[in-house]
Amino acid sequence: METLLQHLVNGLVLGGTYALLGIGLTLIFGLMSVVNFAHGEFYTLGAYAAFAALALAGLPFVAALLAAIAAGALLGALCERALLRPLRGHSIDTIMLVMIGVWIAMQNGELLVWGGVAKSIPHPFPTAPLVMGPVAIAPLRIIVLVLAVGLIGSAWLLVHQTKLGRAMRATFQDRDTAALMGVSIGRVHAATFAFGSALAAAAGALLGPVFLAYPSMGDLASLKAFSVVILGGLGNLTGATIGGLLLGIAEELGAGYISSGYRDAVGFVIIIAVLLLRPSGLFARQERIG
Amino acid sequence: MMALGRGLLAAALLTLPFWLADPYYLHIAIMAGIFAVLALSLNLLLGYTGQLSLGHAAFFGIGAYTSALLTLTLEWSFWPALAAAIALAGAAGWFIGRLSLKLRGAYFVLVTISFAGVISQVSVNWIELTNGPLGLPGVPAPELGPWSLRTKTAYYYLVLAAVALSYVVSRRLVGSRIGRAFVALRENEALAESIGVDVTHYLVLAAVVSAAMAGLGGSLYAHYTRFVSPEVFLFSYTVTMVIMVVAGGKGTLAGPLVGAVLFTALPEALRLAASWQWQMLAYGLLLILLVFFLPRGIVPQVVASFSGHPRSAPGSKTPLQ
Repeated sequence: METLLQHLVNGLVLGGTYALLGIGLTLIFGLMSVVNFAHGEFYTLGAYAAFAALALAGLPFVAALLAAIAAGALLGALCERALLRPLRGHSIDTIMLVMIGVWIAMQNGELLVWGGVAKSIPHPFPTAPLVMGPVAIAPLRIIVLVLAVGLIGSAWLLVHQTKLGRAMRATFQDRDTAALMGVSIGRVHAATFAFGSALAAAAGALLGPVFLAYPSMGDLASLKAFSVVILGGLGNLTGATIGGLLLGIAEELGAGYISSGYRDAVGFVIIIAVLLLRPSGLFARQERIG
Repeated sequence: MMALGRGLLAAALLTLPFWLADPYYLHIAIMAGIFAVLALSLNLLLGYTGQLSLGHAAFFGIGAYTSALLTLTLEWSFWPALAAAIALAGAAGWFIGRLSLKLRGAYFVLVTISFAGVISQVSVNWIELTNGPLGLPGVPAPELGPWSLRTKTAYYYLVLAAVALSYVVSRRLVGSRIGRAFVALRENEALAESIGVDVTHYLVLAAVVSAAMAGLGGSLYAHYTRFVSPEVFLFSYTVTMVIMVVAGGKGTLAGPLVGAVLFTALPEALRLAASWQWQMLAYGLLLILLVFFLPRGIVPQVVASFSGHPRSAPGSKTPLQ
C-alpha cells in the first residue's frame, strides 16, 4: 500500500510532463494533420536549453524554463515556415517523411553540438526528499509537477479563452469554412506548430533536471507523446491531459510491479491496445479540439 | 537496347567478385544486397499498398534472432533455420496485418512502431532466451552441402541469389492480379472495395510477404556478421530502408535496388570525409531535400527524362518562357 502511494506520486510527476508533450502533439497532429516525428526533438531542445541556461549562464530555474519555451517556439515557427508551409496540401505521408528527416537532422545536430555523453542538469532546489507519511518526494519533483500543471492550465486558457484559440478550434472543425470566415489558416498553423513545440520544449526543460539530458532522449518522448494523443483522442486537450497522467502512472506501476526493464514497453502496449479496441481514443466523443 | 543493358548488368553482377576482389568492396556489395532485400520488402507495403511500416526492423530482427537461436541452441543447419526465420517473420507480419486491418496512414505507422518497440524491449529483457544486451556471438556461417559459405565471395553469391529471389517474387506479385489489387487499394480504397477487391485479404497478404522477405534479410545478416544483438531492432535500420525506398522510387521494382546500392555505398564513401554524426545529419537533410525536389524518387525521374515525354507531377505546370 505504501509503495503503491509512492508509485502513484512518482507517476503523477512523470504524467504531468507527458501531458504537456501530448497536448503539444495533439494540437499539431489534430489541427495540421502533421504526423510530427520531430516532436521529441523539441523536447530534447528544451532540455539542452535548460542546461545552457542553468549550467552555463547560471540563470534561475523559471528563467531557464522560459528560455526553453522561447527556443521551442522559435524553432517551431521556423520549421513551419520553411518546411511545412510549402508542403501544405501534400499527402500526409509526404509530410511525415519530411518530419522524419527533421527528426534525424535535429537529433544529430544536437549530438554534434553537445556531444553524446549524458549531461546532468543542475537545479537550485534541495536534494533531500520531503517525507510526508509513507511518501518521499524530492522538492524538484514537486516544483516540476506544479509548473507542469500551470503550463497545462495556460494551454487550456489559450485554446478556450483567446481569439487565437477560437481560430484554432474553428480551423480544426472545418478548415474551409474557417478560412471563408476570415481566419488566416497560415497564421493559425504557424502559431499551432510554434505553440506545440514550445510545450514539448517546456516538458524537456522540466523533466531534464529530474533525469539526464542526452541527444536521443527525444525518441522515447515522441513515442510517449503519440501514446498520449492516441489515448486521449485527436485534438482533445482534456483527453491528452488525462492520458498523460494515466500513462505516467501506468508506467510507474508497470516498472514497480512487473519489471523495470519493461517500463517503456507500457506505452507501446497502450498504443496498440487503444488503437485496436477504441481507435478514436478513450475520451473521444467525436473528433474535436478543446 | 534494354535487353543488352540488362544482360550487361547481370554479367557484371555475376562476375563482380572477380574484378572487385578487395574484401572491403565485397563487404559493401554484400551489405547492399542485404539492404536490397529489405528495401524490396518495405516497397511492397509502402510502394504498392501505400501503407508505411516504421516497424520493419522488427521483422528484420525476428528473422535474425530466429536464425541465430536455431543454429546456436538447437544446432539446426543454416537452411532450415533460414526457412524458419522467413516463416516466423511472415507470421509476425500476418499478426500485424490482422491487427491493423482497420487502421490506415498515421495509425498504421504507430502500430508498427509500437510493435517494433515491444519486440525490441523483449529482446533486451528476456535474457534467458536472447542473452539480453550482450547479444549472441558465434552464429555459424552457412554451409551448402560439403562447402562452407564462409568466404566473402561465396556469401556474395548467396546474397545475390536472395536479392534475385526477392526481386522475382516482387515482380510476379506486382504484375499479377494481386499487384493490381494492391495499387487499386493505394489509389482509392473505397472504389477498390466497391468493385470487389477484398481489402482485408490483400493488405494482410502484402504484410505477410513483406515481413517474410524482411525475415530473409535478417537471417542473411545474422549469418554474415555472425553476431546478433538487440541493435538489429534499432530504428536507424527502418529509417535506412525508408530512405532507400523513397529515394530510389517507391512503387517501382528498380527503385529500391538503386536506393539500396546508393545508400550503402554513399555512407561508406563519406566515411573518409565526415564523421558518423555529420553523416546522419546529412541523411536527415537529404530526406527533406528528396521530398522537396525529387518526390517520386530517382528511378521514375530518370525514366521520365529518358522517355522523351516527361510526365509532370500532378498539379505542376511547366513555366512559360
